[in-house]
Amino acid sequence: MPTFEYAPSPESRAVVDIASSHGLFIGGELVEATGGTPFKTVNPATEEVLSEVSEATADDVDAAVRAARTAYTRIWSRMSGADRGKYLYRIARIIQERSRELAVLETLDNGKPIKESRDVDVPLVAAHFFYHAGWADKLEYAALGPNPRGIGVVGQVIPWNFPLLMLAWKVAPALATGNTVVLKPAETTPLTALAFAEICRQADLPPGVVNIVTGAGATGQAIVDHPGIDKLAFTGSTGVGKMIARSIAGTRKKATLELGGKGANIVFDDAAIDQAVEGIVTGIFFNQGHVCCAGSRLLVQENVADEVLRRLKRRLGTLRVGDPMDKNTDVGAINSKAQLERITELAAAGEAEGAQRWDSGCELPRKGFWFRPTVFSDVAQTHRIAQEEIFGPVVSVLTFRTPGEAVAKANNTPYGLSAGIWTEKGSRILWMADQLRAGVVWANTFNKFDPTSPFGGYKESGYGREGGRHGLEAYVQTGDGQ
Amino acid sequence: MSARVDVRKTYKLYIGGKFPRSESGRSYEVMAAPTGRRTTPRFLANAALGSRKDARDAVVAARKAQPGWAGATAYNRGQVLYRVAEVMEGRRAQLVQDVRDAEGLTAARAEAVVSAAVDRWVWYAGWSDKYPQVLGGLNPVAGPYFDISAPEPTGVVAVLAPQASSLLGLVSVVAPVVVSGNTCVVLASEERPLPAVDLAECLATSDVPGGVVNIVTGRTAEIAPWLASHRDVGAIDLTGAADADGVDWGELELAAAENLKRVLRPGGTGVTAVEPDFEPVPDLSRLSAFLETKTVWHPKGR
Repeated sequence: MPTFEYAPSPESRAVVDIASSHGLFIGGELVEATGGTPFKTVNPATEEVLSEVSEATADDVDAAVRAARTAYTRIWSRMSGADRGKYLYRIARIIQERSRELAVLETLDNGKPIKESRDVDVPLVAAHFFYHAGWADKLEYAALGPNPRGIGVVGQVIPWNFPLLMLAWKVAPALATGNTVVLKPAETTPLTALAFAEICRQADLPPGVVNIVTGAGATGQAIVDHPGIDKLAFTGSTGVGKMIARSIAGTRKKATLELGGKGANIVFDDAAIDQAVEGIVTGIFFNQGHVCCAGSRLLVQENVADEVLRRLKRRLGTLRVGDPMDKNTDVGAINSKAQLERITELAAAGEAEGAQRWDSGCELPRKGFWFRPTVFSDVAQTHRIAQEEIFGPVVSVLTFRTPGEAVAKANNTPYGLSAGIWTEKGSRILWMADQLRAGVVWANTFNKFDPTSPFGGYKESGYGREGGRHGLEAYVQTGDGQ
Repeated sequence: MSARVDVRKTYKLYIGGKFPRSESGRSYEVMAAPTGRRTTPRFLANAALGSRKDARDAVVAARKAQPGWAGATAYNRGQVLYRVAEVMEGRRAQLVQDVRDAEGLTAARAEAVVSAAVDRWVWYAGWSDKYPQVLGGLNPVAGPYFDISAPEPTGVVAVLAPQASSLLGLVSVVAPVVVSGNTCVVLASEERPLPAVDLAECLATSDVPGGVVNIVTGRTAEIAPWLASHRDVGAIDLTGAADADGVDWGELELAAAENLKRVLRPGGTGVTAVEPDFEPVPDLSRLSAFLETKTVWHPKGR
């Protein structure tokens, strides 16, 4: 097969101007942290330090919660839905106006390919604000119960895989329904959240409606434990999700948890194989596999397994791995050294347990954190790489003979976030979709997202939904009472 | 002529469609609620004092019954549950007597409570083929995809039945769980368990498959922790933690976090748990507390 050489096509980073240090965004002002140890955020593709970021202490979190409470009581809960909506429309428009800058900033801080941050993340961010803006004055029509309104102050803790998009998933519905927020971005990817603080100021959003505190686990725990928080929204690992569920047990704090996954991508022998191969690639190599709903377990019907594997490997040979700022790059950098170590460790466990390891052998940049797209075949259900979330560009291939066996294997996990089905037979798609215990089922497609489409897990992948009418439920109280 | 010596009922557990005694061989005295001038409590029956093993057996029965029940058509589930109301109506006299004894009500009041309980069952039965349309639907995504969200049952649900409202409250927490295709293990009111066993007999003589509703009588504080920590239970309703002797609902919620159970907290504010008033016609919140939303995407093309 001919290989095409691509000339470098670098995106310019001149559109961003990153301050050398960042404070916290509390009560509408950028303020210094009261203590804490500032930490550095690096470009994972080059290991270049991008900026120094404040670590919010429990006192800072307290100040943020108080600012949010004041804004909720005095302004945001009294404002008409129509006016709340207009602020959200403003934010959506500013995100569109500054989309190139945000995409570049995201790619620098996260390591994801610029074509993904530019064509997927940032457009979806704007879409989420635009969609929820329209809900703000229509909550009575959302079948949520009588007199729907905000709950109060919402604490939100988000991950590093889709930094600004996860912020949008959290902030847009919270604000539309009349809540104020204290949000903590992940410690490795705080920059777009801090840019969002500036966007709130440009939109003249009332001070304290959105507060952004940076930090790591301790800062997150301070948010979870703060008695002034009425509701928590968390996206991250199942382990931390369980800690949060324990922390709020016996209180009246509400929570939505979007946690880990080990999605099964199921390919039947009557699938359109080339499309399925593209879907497998999208399912596990999109965003370096740093996707909670990734199709990390590939279940292939036995009689086409060799053929699918052959074509998959051929396709992986054409993936361009490298500089995330290059517009041709398909797979970027692993987000952090710690994550790279985790992926490396699990991949080693896969080999040690007897699965067959393959990667394209492509060249990797010398600096930065990188992992080649990797395929494990001959994987057994009991292998760690079939059970644990790798959260990297590694797919585990298992086989099945009957639809029933595919369902049993797919559901054999404590997780239940996503699943994929590849077959040209409509009735089989619908039967499979019924049987799979997963919150999102992609049939003949994978990793598609939309603000109108509820997203969230079954079982230990968490509870609550984000997006669509369903996503509003977690952010409203109804009835006459307090 | 002497009065006839009546034939009294043995009150047992209801697990997997059968009425076993507690595997522990234990029972406890159930007394009538005090009424009028009577000072010594009147003995009603020895109810089964359920054990951890009984609760676990009930979970196994519920898990076994769940796929079949969820797989039945919504129309069928609606009819089966409506049939329960028919049987309750037929056993009205017994239900009235047991509710009266349990709750210390006047005859007229007990009649009203039983009527409300039957009507509540009918109300929920009618939702079986309606809530998916109300709560789900097509998502207008920005692309060439058919994208639909529909509610599904969460699986096996543990239910702490209300302590005071022994029949209306019981029906009000069980019906919304099972109407969507969940199966459940119910801990009956500790001091007022007899109406729950009456309801079990209504369920057993209607068309509800064995294992869909399992009822364990006994000490809430003894059994609830095992259900809250059980890894094959997907959700727990803590309504009956209010006024349950020795029960801390926060501890149960803590145990439930181990496998991220969906938790319906008891009514009330702060740490105080209060049994809700079951008289008003409810909304969908108890039904939707035990649902999962599944979203399915498919491309459109020629």
